[in-house]
Amino acid sequence: MNQTRISKRFQQLREEGNPGLIAYLTAGDPSMERTPDLVLALERGGADIIELGVPFSDPIADGPVIQRGSARALKNGTNVAKVLEMAKRIREKSEIPLLLFSYMNPLLSYGFERLAVDAVAAGIDGCLMTDLSVEEAEPYVGSLRKAGLDTVFLAAPTSPPARLELVARYSSGFVYLVSRTGVTGEQDQLSDAVAPLVANTRKFTDLPLAVGFGIATARDAAAIGAIADAVVVGSAIVRLIENNSDSPELEQKLEALARELKQGALSAKKQ
Amino acid sequence: MITSQPDAHGHFGPYGGRYVPEVLMNPLEELEQAYLLARQDPAFQIELDDLLKNYAGRPTPLYFAKRLSANLGGAKIYIKREDLLHTGAHKINNCLGQVLLARRMGKKRIIAETGAGQHGVATATVCALFGLQCRVYMGEEDMRRQRLNVFRMRLLGAEVVAVNTGSRTLKDAISEAMRDWVTNVGDTYYLLGSALGSHPYPLMVRDFHSCMGIEAREQILKATGRLPDSIFACVGGGSNAIGIFHAFIGDATVKLIGIEAGGHGPELGEHAARMSGSKPGVLQGAYSYLLQDEDGQVALTHSISAGLDYAMIGPEHAWLADRGRAEYTSCLDKDALDAACMLSRTEGLIPALESSHAVAEAIRRAPDAKDQIFLVNLSGRGDKDIDIYRENLKDLDEPDTN
Repeated sequence: MNQTRISKRFQQLREEGNPGLIAYLTAGDPSMERTPDLVLALERGGADIIELGVPFSDPIADGPVIQRGSARALKNGTNVAKVLEMAKRIREKSEIPLLLFSYMNPLLSYGFERLAVDAVAAGIDGCLMTDLSVEEAEPYVGSLRKAGLDTVFLAAPTSPPARLELVARYSSGFVYLVSRTGVTGEQDQLSDAVAPLVANTRKFTDLPLAVGFGIATARDAAAIGAIADAVVVGSAIVRLIENNSDSPELEQKLEALARELKQGALSAKKQ
Repeated sequence: MITSQPDAHGHFGPYGGRYVPEVLMNPLEELEQAYLLARQDPAFQIELDDLLKNYAGRPTPLYFAKRLSANLGGAKIYIKREDLLHTGAHKINNCLGQVLLARRMGKKRIIAETGAGQHGVATATVCALFGLQCRVYMGEEDMRRQRLNVFRMRLLGAEVVAVNTGSRTLKDAISEAMRDWVTNVGDTYYLLGSALGSHPYPLMVRDFHSCMGIEAREQILKATGRLPDSIFACVGGGSNAIGIFHAFIGDATVKLIGIEAGGHGPELGEHAARMSGSKPGVLQGAYSYLLQDEDGQVALTHSISAGLDYAMIGPEHAWLADRGRAEYTSCLDKDALDAACMLSRTEGLIPALESSHAVAEAIRRAPDAKDQIFLVNLSGRGDKDIDIYRENLKDLDEPDTN
């Protein structure tokens, strides 16, 4: 099977010995027109992979910041088809890996077979659904895999070894490690659960391991960059978008945030 | 004989299952293990039966509604009196079962969601009984329309947290409760109140409520010498309905009729009648029929009764419907109100607005059902709804003239 842009990027990072930065933003927030430019700004700042959030009306895994971002995107009329159009526009200018990040129902409603075809055509590289457990995954992700898309699953501090093994087996591209119990959102201190989770998951897979949830600053990124293959930042980005949605300097500010986070991650290369 | 049991992963046919963030997968597995062990443990069942009998007031009577039946001139209508149960609705059955389980699991903090407030009150009650910390999430809109129950929960020592996201009703309260659980999963037990959510909740909630059907089956056989022709129960998530249906699923001659909220009418957003044309989807942990728009966003719902105002039907009901073992219909707000008035005046029973939906369908069908026996699950009493009754029955609420 051909490597996706996600795998290629991780291979490149591995060869350089650098941790990657994965940036989440909700597609359609603050507007569908601006999303492609915001992605390009994050890329200029040093983001290696983009998680393109497809908003859902009832985001149970998200804290208030991403809940508000999803609500704004929905109000703007964002749906799966429009997110794929945004991806196409991004692809006109960039080869940055794109991961659709959503909940089951919007994608289920679109239809997974149709999604597999249309996502590949739009230049999407993979999918992650936060409320899709590996136990339920088989009927849905088969068509995505067949189309050559990566399927990323989450592992959590509450996952015992048997589940880590399952999650690793079902994932391709990378495994997303949730740093702590809880919903998405910034926090003051990184959880003690991260290091053991990285070490335990590593026993079951050679896939890159990305750590997210609660990572907001360059200092956090440095701590994660020292132990994992990539750092995922979401709420801090969505908050910056929220606070600067009318500002002509939004792109500049996003680029600066991405640069700061990437420098943070790089400052503590894997020992 | 038709039976209805989930598979090893909690699927009723294609429905149910576990669609949750990974953080909750292991806690759900632990909960399932704890429940399956408790279910086999005679000591657990003895303690639960004692509480159901001496604390909650089981068995509840089966009452022949003689004047109502005579007025309608058709079916003989029997009423299962869950309204007489402690706290005023069937919800306490499940709360007693789950609180014993939470105690076995060593959890010190209980969280719950509530729509009409009956599950919240029942949860606050069992937490008071066992000295456990209790937090109940409730939509702001539901807090407004069920103020009495908000106060009851606080009087019982529970903390009621207002949820002001989305439609500010049950769905949003469940989302907040799930976010709390995801965050505090180590010491917290999520006491889910309907036959909804991820496995094992739909199974567990159904089992704890199945006493209603088991009692009713014996009672009606004793009273009439035969099984009923039709059983009527309202369906929000579907806990009272599955509880009374379950003992009769193997009795092919007994029609099982679930009544959903028809609200103001058939337009999307104006009702909560999932079985009238919605397609299956995933919400809050389960796959089942779901009211949604063409983009897969969950639709807003409306019902005069907060307890039926939810976008998804419980997965076992979806399966019973697909197999034709149960039928689902809906009742408009105004018909539920009319039914409540008729039951109040012919039998002296003021029903909860949820239960009125079941009463309404029985009233509609009774005249054409001569010699038939109907069984209606009166899942709760109407005290909590007095403000809504007053708002909608203004002619009864004139200021005193003398």
